Amino acid sequence: MKDRFNLYRFASPATFYPLAGTLIPYFVALAVLFGLAGLYLGMLVAPTDFQQGEGYRIIFIHVPASWMSMFIYLVMAFWAAIGLAFNTRLSGMMTQALAPTGALMAFLSLLTGALWGKPMWGAWWVWDARLTSELILLFLYIGYMALTAAIDDARRADKAGGLLLLVGVVNVPIIYFSVKWWNTLHQGSSINLAKSSMAQTMLWSMLLMAMCFWMYSIALALMRARTIMLERERHTDWARVELSGHLTGGEQ
Amino acid sequence: MKSRHKKLALIGGALVIVGIIAALVLNALNSNIALYISPTDVAQGKAPHGKAFRIGGLVKEGSLQRQADGVTIAFVVTDTAQDMLVHYKGILPDLFKEGKGVVAQGKMSPDGTFVASEVLAKHDENYMPPEAAKAVDDAQKAAGKHVSPSSLSDKPKASY
Repeated sequence: MKDRFNLYRFASPATFYPLAGTLIPYFVALAVLFGLAGLYLGMLVAPTDFQQGEGYRIIFIHVPASWMSMFIYLVMAFWAAIGLAFNTRLSGMMTQALAPTGALMAFLSLLTGALWGKPMWGAWWVWDARLTSELILLFLYIGYMALTAAIDDARRADKAGGLLLLVGVVNVPIIYFSVKWWNTLHQGSSINLAKSSMAQTMLWSMLLMAMCFWMYSIALALMRARTIMLERERHTDWARVELSGHLTGGEQ
Repeated sequence: MKSRHKKLALIGGALVIVGIIAALVLNALNSNIALYISPTDVAQGKAPHGKAFRIGGLVKEGSLQRQADGVTIAFVVTDTAQDMLVHYKGILPDLFKEGKGVVAQGKMSPDGTFVASEVLAKHDENYMPPEAAKAVDDAQKAAGKHVSPSSLSDKPKASY
């Protein structure tokens, strides 16, 4: 392919690898900055809630983690669709790189929800539509990782995993709209694009924490993608150069 | 290039079909997915007979009664159309309050009251400091009707 369209260049691991390497420190730095600002605002500045007291502050982890768990899945499904349709090498690597972070976010969302639910609702867990569909999301992540790990050939693993991801994508709107469609114990969403039923400082703390989670997820996914690229492309010239650089202790 | 676009269209089509299947299945399971039913549903005979189920609604203002032993309580769950008397023995969650959402699991007793084995508080989507909540409260009192800020919801729901 000629150089006429720039985007295709970055679809090649040989160009993506050094680019990711340059970007990672910036995303890490941004994650730390957003995290510190969010935690400061959320833990020290934001007011106490009129009903829940201090316990509500778990929302600053819970909501960003839940958002990320859904969004990462959508990104993985997007890459899976690209991979299945266009047979690109990069797409399988990206889904593989994102899966553990997505699983972590879904787990965090369920864990913080349970810790909040016990004092506020009176139960660690209820089988309502929101909680159950989020649990299914965690199982989808784990299932994807187990399935792709069980198949030795990377290309075939990507195809099988991609199919699972695409079928599972129906679960994401179900999670999001579950509190609207059915009677759930879980409350409706406090904020959407049109309105917010949260006090301003609380809202800003949550958005800062959400940015922190974004930057963290991007940084981690890029790190993982680089490792996967080197492993899968170890027989190509560019990967050999990178690997020999590491073995002799040189910079990249 | 052509076959790639064909593949993409195939994937898109498959996704639409999976989506339709999911929608149909969820629609068929609708009554099983709902965590609770409202007092109106119970009045219409939608409650399962002889089996435990959950009811949800608001705890009616002024209906909470505590026995001398401190753990036996009675309160009325309302969806503003229908009321239902609930008996419960046990510890209530922190957010349980009159005028706020509640979900109770239990069975109908022969005398028509609901005997709960578990009571959960249903939180709402409002997060605000106490001063703001008081301001909302005062504004509504001034307007002539008392609605606690947490029972305000611009999302109409059949069960509330």
